Amino acid sequence: MKANIVIIGGGIGGVSIAYNLAKKGMKDIVVLDDNYMTGGATGRCGAGVRQQWKSKMNCILAKKSVEFFEKAQEELGYHRDVEFKQEGYLIVATTKEEHEQFIKNVALQNSLGIPSKICTPKEAKKIVPHLNTKDVISAAFCNTDGHLNPFLMTDAYYVAAKRLGVTFFYKEKVLDIIVKDGKIDKVVTENKEIYTNKVVNAAGSYAKEIGDLAGVDIPVYSENHQILVTEPIETIQGPMVISFSKNIYCQQVPHGSFLMGRSDKNAAHDHDISSSHEFLDEMCKTAVDLLPPLANLRVVRSWGGSYNLSPDRQPIIGDTDQLEGYYMACGFSGHGFMFAPVTGDLLSDIILDLPSEIDKNYLHIDRFKNMKETDFETSVV
Amino acid sequence: MNKKNIIICRCEDVSLHDLHQVLSEGYTDFETIKRIIRVGMGPCQANTCGLLVQREIAKFLNIPLNQVPQQKVRPLISGVKMSSIVEASKDES
Repeated sequence: MKANIVIIGGGIGGVSIAYNLAKKGMKDIVVLDDNYMTGGATGRCGAGVRQQWKSKMNCILAKKSVEFFEKAQEELGYHRDVEFKQEGYLIVATTKEEHEQFIKNVALQNSLGIPSKICTPKEAKKIVPHLNTKDVISAAFCNTDGHLNPFLMTDAYYVAAKRLGVTFFYKEKVLDIIVKDGKIDKVVTENKEIYTNKVVNAAGSYAKEIGDLAGVDIPVYSENHQILVTEPIETIQGPMVISFSKNIYCQQVPHGSFLMGRSDKNAAHDHDISSSHEFLDEMCKTAVDLLPPLANLRVVRSWGGSYNLSPDRQPIIGDTDQLEGYYMACGFSGHGFMFAPVTGDLLSDIILDLPSEIDKNYLHIDRFKNMKETDFETSVV
Repeated sequence: MNKKNIIICRCEDVSLHDLHQVLSEGYTDFETIKRIIRVGMGPCQANTCGLLVQREIAKFLNIPLNQVPQQKVRPLISGVKMSSIVEASKDES
């Protein structure tokens, strides 16, 4: 078969790129994914959307994405509820360095129109009454941050993109990308050969491998991040609570269950997504210390998923001089779900050569040739 | 009997009607169905609904039951209080 463009990866990034390309008039778009829908990082993520970042670009990307999420249900014409809630992110500072950094972050965020603020421990306790403020110096809070159901948000894009004529093949593994005379010729899968001269790498944790298939070198790696979920209870916590220093994010989703995760500094750079008892122990200790009433909740399930990390912990979105017709949206460093709307909008503009409000050079892969031009994002759990 | 009154997944309160609806929308594998209507995501982790869902998929696709893959089983085996996990980890150190 033939296609104008083949998107590799049918997670939230791939479906958003497909939807935006189709909306802007492109025909014959094919999306390939080796797994079931949301079987990769999208379906394994913490389901949060936040605008409180240290880097200006991440703030801009997040704000634009939240603006889309606020109208996503209507724009995509989805028949199920994507479970969008805006009850904020409360990010607690437990060290002097964090406290000082959050003051700078909030000033930057406010200058970009993000309504975050610094709270005293007492104010933080008003927002989350069961918060243990023993170690809390201050907290940053933004009431328009929130939550979305990653499965249903992806399905919403998928259904809308299909309506616009996009063709999807799930459980269809890409084996090779054939390049002839410096141009993309075709994408070979287990069952198909698709002739195309444009490919988008939206392969999440396998972005590096999908780059290698076409001889494009992408400086990203993947590592396992684990999450656990509890039984559901009545609503007691509105915002997501985060601490970078204590290594925890924890929210109560609209369904009623608590979802929480933390990172492992010693995680190998590979595609491991297994669950460990070490995670379970450390996660429960941290959560019960910071949010004591959670002690009474039963853990129902745990799982792992991959962060795909870029050198500056910000996404890589754009084309590359390594191969004509090759585009990428990868290296989201754990935040691909919440940045998906702006990713699809921006990359479709780049592919269709349309003007964009966002500085394309900032997110281009070439920035790593001269790393000091970008600021390293540290607001990552 | 009204399909809305036949409960397939007790934990997440999913009816046979909900399941047939999602099958008719073209989602016919356990993993995807689970993520859309939450069958098997509750405290029993599909111990109750697993076989029922598998059977409905087999009927819908008109294939033998043993050709319908089950969902991935994840830890924990049964629900454990976070306080118990914290206590147990103290004993280890």
